Amino acid sequence: MRHHLVLRVVAKLLIPFILIFGLYVQFHGDYGPGGGFQAGVIFAAGFILYGLIFGLDKVQKVAPPAWIRVLVAAGVLLFAGVGVAGMLLGGNYLDYGVLRHDPVHGQHLGILLIEFGVGTTVAAVMITIFYNFAGRGREDR
Amino acid sequence: MIAEHLPALQVVIPLLAAPVCVLLRRPGPAWALATAASWAAFGVAVLLLIAVLEQGVLSYHLGGWEPPWGIEYRVDLANAFVLLIVAAISAVVLPFARRSVAAEIPEEKAYLFYSMYLLCLTGLLGIAATVSSLSSYVLISLGKDRRALTAAFQYLIMGTIGATFYLLGIGLLYAMTGTLNMADLAQRLPAVSDTRTVHAAFAFLVIGIGVKAAVFPLHLWLPNAYCYAPSVVTAFLAATATKVSIYVVLRIVFTIFGPAYSFEVIEADLVMIPLALAAMLLASTTAIFQNNVKRLLAYSSVAQIGYMVLGISLGSVTGVTAGIVHLFNHAMIKGGLFLALGCVFVTLGSVQLRDMAGLGRRMPWTMAAFVIGGLSLIGVPATTGFISKWVLVQATLERGQWFFAVLILASSLLALVYVWRVVEAAYFRPAPEGAAEVSEAPLAMLIPTWLLILANVYFGVDTSLTLGVARRGAETLLGGAA
Repeated sequence: MRHHLVLRVVAKLLIPFILIFGLYVQFHGDYGPGGGFQAGVIFAAGFILYGLIFGLDKVQKVAPPAWIRVLVAAGVLLFAGVGVAGMLLGGNYLDYGVLRHDPVHGQHLGILLIEFGVGTTVAAVMITIFYNFAGRGREDR
Repeated sequence: MIAEHLPALQVVIPLLAAPVCVLLRRPGPAWALATAASWAAFGVAVLLLIAVLEQGVLSYHLGGWEPPWGIEYRVDLANAFVLLIVAAISAVVLPFARRSVAAEIPEEKAYLFYSMYLLCLTGLLGIAATVSSLSSYVLISLGKDRRALTAAFQYLIMGTIGATFYLLGIGLLYAMTGTLNMADLAQRLPAVSDTRTVHAAFAFLVIGIGVKAAVFPLHLWLPNAYCYAPSVVTAFLAATATKVSIYVVLRIVFTIFGPAYSFEVIEADLVMIPLALAAMLLASTTAIFQNNVKRLLAYSSVAQIGYMVLGISLGSVTGVTAGIVHLFNHAMIKGGLFLALGCVFVTLGSVQLRDMAGLGRRMPWTMAAFVIGGLSLIGVPATTGFISKWVLVQATLERGQWFFAVLILASSLLALVYVWRVVEAAYFRPAPEGAAEVSEAPLAMLIPTWLLILANVYFGVDTSLTLGVARRGAETLLGGAA
């Protein structure tokens, strides 16, 4: 793709907006349409586009596979951890009402954190899948 | 405080441990964590069973929302018993896994294996079909043989079709009743039960979960999947995965629809009994002609599932007791047998019948374990297999179906034939020329194997736990929606 000047310039212009849109879908998810899953996919799309245009090596310099793999686990841990936090604070598993003094605030915070966990894992998994397909035929990293 | 959270902890412990395994990255610590988590889950399962025996049904509201709006985990005797089976098998299998995984799975993937294993355990303990099936596809595809990939793919396709059917059934029920809570469903269904939608829902649900449970003739994915999966995975899945599905069948037939509806209105037993009998006879016959011992046992599993389905579809307390008790007993039998085969595979590198010739002398402990497990599979007195069959025969005679009893005995004779083939190869044939020098399997693998095998003998003599709980579980199930 080295010679496709238009693609390279457009991608560079677009990627920041894709990432911001991903974050918007993520954190505005409790007011408007959106949520962790969609946000994760959009966010990962930014990385995947970068990888498609500039090559696997470059994108792996930005997001090393080992780190991405840590993020896969971290997202799940965040989700499960918020549930356990609810349990430790005296509620049931995944009861966010007890996270703050005011149950409404608690529910708010809980769903925000949980969705962030979902988003992290989904984005990381999407990028990992891309790495695995794009890296086929290369030596196992 | 811990006590009231037991139902959630049962699932949360392995769920939390799974991502931590990914972070650990090294096989040793990942294994240690998986084992610890699995033992903790076993402890929770024991406490749960005790709690249920003392207080009756436990109900846990996820997220603190009241049912039927929120998600409710409801633990009664039947599922506390299934949880105990799954957790116990996992607690025994994992210590075995260390050597076996080191031999069969590339070192850099081992930590991912343990993570997947824990996810599968989470799914099985939470009765979350999707989680456990997706992770079991991955686990199966990790087998050393390249055919493991096609086996996993076949299972993936079949399993997905099954899951789709199941969801269609749930969707139809939701359309008719507007609820997804099991107890709620059972209450509202009678009002609309005489509609075609509900009939279709019943069919979709039973067939969908039947694929998962490998009920004959929907078992085609099973032999390959068990045959090519890594030894640990075969032992774990064979002892647990189909059991959990059978449990779901129990729930659908007895809790949601109720026995009167399932067996008198729909007359599901008219289909299920012949299929169960066919499974017992045909799958056992097929097993006789297998040369790969893992595949032989896989076909035998299909036949054993036939026993469970037969027990369930007799619809009486004794029949359902036989079904439930065989869940437990078969988990012990097949878990033990597949672990013994795992020992063979690690030391010999093959489980083909001809390679196992003369093995009785070279690996005396492993093969002795296999023989005892085999006796239990046939149903020799003083083993668990005998108990299951005894109760099952009682149940058929109660219904005056002496013909079924004869078929059960015939199927046991077939089991005798295929177990004998292995025994004959191992003890009465000389080792082939130039056979690799092998010695006994490492102790870390023998102890878990023998633990399960001895459990076979123990629960074959002292049946107060297994039969007692199974009977009370069956009474709860048949007692209506409770």
